[in-house]
Amino acid sequence: MSVPMAQTVSKAIGLGKHLNGPAGGLTILEQLDLEVQAGEAVAILGASGSGKSTLLGLLAGLDEATKGEVWLCGQRIGDLDEDGRAELRSGRVGFVFQNFQLLPTLTARENILLPLELTGTPGAARRAADALERVGLTARADHYPRQLSGGEQQRVAIARACAPRPAVLFADEPTGNLDQVTGKQIVDLLLDLRHDTGAALVMVTHDPRLAERCDRRLQMDGGRLEPLA
Amino acid sequence: MTAWRITLRLLRRDWRSGEIYLLAAALVLTVAAITAVGFFTDRVERTMARQGSELIAADLAIQASSAPPAGWADEAGRRGLASARALEFRSVILAEEGARLVQIRAVDPQYPLRGRLRVRDRLEGPERAVAGGPPAGEVWLEPRLLRLLGLQMGDPLGLGESELRIGAILSHEPDQGGNPFNLAPRVLMNRADLAATGLITPAARATHRLLIAGDWEAIAGFRRWAEPRLPPNTAILEPSDARPEFASAVDRASRFLHLATLVTLLVAGSAIALASHRLVEHQIDAVAIMRCLGAPRHLLMRVFILRLGLLGLVASLVGCLLGWIGQLGLAAALADWFRADLPPASLAPITVGVATGMVTLLGFAVPPLLQLGRVTPLRALRRDLGTPRAPAALTLAAAGLALALLIVWQANDFALAWKLLAGVLGTLVTLILLVLGLVRIAGRLAARTRGVWRLGLAALARRPTGAILQIAGFGIGILALLLLAVVRVDLLRTWQETLPEGAPNYFLINVQPREVEPLAAFLSEQGFGETELFPMIRGRLIRVNARAVQPADYPDPRAERLVTREFNLSYADTPQIDNRVVAGTWWPDAEAPPQFSVEQGVAETLGIELGDLLTFWVSGHEVQGPVTSLREVQWDSFNVNFFVTATPSLLAGEAATFITSFYLPPDRSGLIPELVRRFPSVTPLDVDAILGQVREVIDRGVLAVEYVFLFTLAAGLLVMHAGIQASLEERKAEHGILRTLGAGRRALLGSLAVEFTVAGLLAGLLASCFAEATGWVLAEQLFGLEFDLNPSLWAVGVFGSAFLIGLAGTLATYPLVIRPPLQTLRRAN
Repeated sequence: MSVPMAQTVSKAIGLGKHLNGPAGGLTILEQLDLEVQAGEAVAILGASGSGKSTLLGLLAGLDEATKGEVWLCGQRIGDLDEDGRAELRSGRVGFVFQNFQLLPTLTARENILLPLELTGTPGAARRAADALERVGLTARADHYPRQLSGGEQQRVAIARACAPRPAVLFADEPTGNLDQVTGKQIVDLLLDLRHDTGAALVMVTHDPRLAERCDRRLQMDGGRLEPLA
Repeated sequence: MTAWRITLRLLRRDWRSGEIYLLAAALVLTVAAITAVGFFTDRVERTMARQGSELIAADLAIQASSAPPAGWADEAGRRGLASARALEFRSVILAEEGARLVQIRAVDPQYPLRGRLRVRDRLEGPERAVAGGPPAGEVWLEPRLLRLLGLQMGDPLGLGESELRIGAILSHEPDQGGNPFNLAPRVLMNRADLAATGLITPAARATHRLLIAGDWEAIAGFRRWAEPRLPPNTAILEPSDARPEFASAVDRASRFLHLATLVTLLVAGSAIALASHRLVEHQIDAVAIMRCLGAPRHLLMRVFILRLGLLGLVASLVGCLLGWIGQLGLAAALADWFRADLPPASLAPITVGVATGMVTLLGFAVPPLLQLGRVTPLRALRRDLGTPRAPAALTLAAAGLALALLIVWQANDFALAWKLLAGVLGTLVTLILLVLGLVRIAGRLAARTRGVWRLGLAALARRPTGAILQIAGFGIGILALLLLAVVRVDLLRTWQETLPEGAPNYFLINVQPREVEPLAAFLSEQGFGETELFPMIRGRLIRVNARAVQPADYPDPRAERLVTREFNLSYADTPQIDNRVVAGTWWPDAEAPPQFSVEQGVAETLGIELGDLLTFWVSGHEVQGPVTSLREVQWDSFNVNFFVTATPSLLAGEAATFITSFYLPPDRSGLIPELVRRFPSVTPLDVDAILGQVREVIDRGVLAVEYVFLFTLAAGLLVMHAGIQASLEERKAEHGILRTLGAGRRALLGSLAVEFTVAGLLAGLLASCFAEATGWVLAEQLFGLEFDLNPSLWAVGVFGSAFLIGLAGTLATYPLVIRPPLQTLRRAN
């Protein structure tokens, strides 16, 4: 089946995720459809346990769906094995996690360098320095994550996600571990950087105020996505 | 290139962050132990062999019934080796008081090439060592010959057609031990005088020896050159051929050293396994993130393998350097123990060290590493996905395979390797099962207790996998310490006791049957108690079953020598105390039908098996009987022993002389002239010198083994440290939460003390059981020594371990307790 994806960076068709647990089967996602265009910012809202993070994992090719299809950057994920999916993500996909997920043994600069080194990007050091400057942490380049505050760690994570200039950014509750003021600063930064790089943004959040700043808002409910006004 | 670049960066960062210290330390220690032992044993074995060389007065001897092939001495010279010739034959010497059959040895002036001759200038005078053999025109005689012939120093002595002057009294020849039952008194002369005596004609019966000594490698090269060129009836003699008791002591020393190395390897291997486990646990999140960022699995695996490989290589080289320094220290400390300088260490142990480091790493660290390949990138989003585990079977198989390879390689002894490996794997499985059971019991006890006991016991039961790793780690560490005690206190002492202070130092041979009772009575009167005299009958082995025995049929030179000479046979009702029947059964009584019991080693050399029919030629007729038992003989006891013993029914009627051995204290040396006067035909043989040499080998061996066990001790401490570290991470969050909930420092410290003390108690209990079992197996099965249970070991093992681990664990985790809870929680996250 061929799907025209000229402007579409991420697409799910009839997506389903079913888990078999000790207490019996559990359907997390059912017949879910979604299309994200290049440069578009989409917020996915929903209660805890509604399957938002599962959807994010499936869209990014971190997990396999039990039903349906997922397309990422023009490639059908189901056709790829795990290494193929990793290569697809490489340089094209950026991540921002709720708990920052910086490597504790690397400095801020080295954390940003990591995805660039993995893709063998030329001029990686320069790009890492630019990214650090863009998030205002040049002075803390050689600090380890444990020496940074939560907000600073998340800024390093955003710089790491944006440095390879990805086509799509996936953000999982990026302000979930931050206070309100810092959270706002982080969202500003994330949206600005997305704008600078032209990347699409798929953000999972339970904060309606944060979601309002995106181009489109979707509500996760009963394993399906419903558009919000 | 990408993989290399990332590897180098990560390795540098690993080092900076201290993530790999423990693994690196365990590896360095393993390799240091292996190479220190490698370098040291290389040097010591060469020295021991060299001192053993004194027993043949050379490093190698070519022995033949005719002159050694022309050009062989030149070949030795070309290889930078020293050589000397010796010729031994029987003849009669003439003196004013009569003639006497003697054993003459004609030697070059540079004889002996190894060891020293010792002489006296008068019969009761002091002994002195001399650098070479007698000068031309002189003979040196054994003291008994002077007594028998009433000769004095400087007297002339007729030998064939020439007359030589008595220049010294011969008290010790280094290679005399080669044939201690030589009945004739010995005479040493210069080979240059031999032609003038006219005694040696081409038809004369003589034993020729070409003695060779020099650099170790050159000796080995000469041996390789000579072996394919050996003429018939010619054999190559090595120091170990000289006397079985010496070879036995060297063999045991060597086994002990290898054993000590292996134990270090096993213990350090456990530390490597624990450290790798911890390293991998720390890497799981990083791998998940890198996979999210697009790193394919094969790239990450390559990066991790390269990281480990580089770490292994660097740590191995550092280990080699430490090993080299370690052996230097030991050699310096033991300098006084070796009469000669130790030869320089060869470089071979470096290859062995690096290869051992890499194989150990491969066996112990790769299975946990394989877990990383199974980390899903989804873990970056969902921590609840847990940690992938390497299959237990794969982990055990890889570790087992690596161990098997290393043990076989190190021990170069399949019996030792197989037993050790089976023991280790059995121990490991039993240990895991026992710990699991004990942890469950701790869990049940926790429910019935309160306060710090409840917290401490529950902490053990809550993490069964962690507890198994931790207690197994502690157990192995304590086991290493206890094994040190078992080997140091029990095994080595037992070994030293095989040669007690009162070990026989005199043999009395050539005792006539009529003299047996009077001699026994004489020795008893002199305060030597009841002395047992053993009959000795000379016999040549002529047939095994229906097959005639031909020297040419035995390619093994030792076997060839055994069948060309006469055996000393004996008969007895019961086996001697230091003999152990290892196959078949000993005859029930003196009336048993004709049969033989053969010493195990000689049976192996000659291919004799239980049930074979042996025929000996004794005093002009055949005696025949089946082999019904094989015996293991403790040669280094210095008691009288025989390769072949028969039932009295088979040999009691044959003409026999008798032999006995006894201990003569130094202050009773005046007894020997009195004994010779009362029993003129009896020949006393002083084996004190040989005894001293063997005792020295044992003492040095014990010291060397103790030193090597210091590495085991360090590895044991490291594995215990790894055990404590393994649980530290898990505790961080837990302690933060407990403190936040209001748990006081005292309560937390108390619970830690309870947890670690109970873990130490369990580990000590298990380690004591395994240490005793290992000690028993090693003593009885491998070293042929008696082993007794040691109750103090249990007390020290169980309570010492509880105290040591309780204290070390509490101290190591103390910073977690005193740190503010918020800081602990933040670090844990």
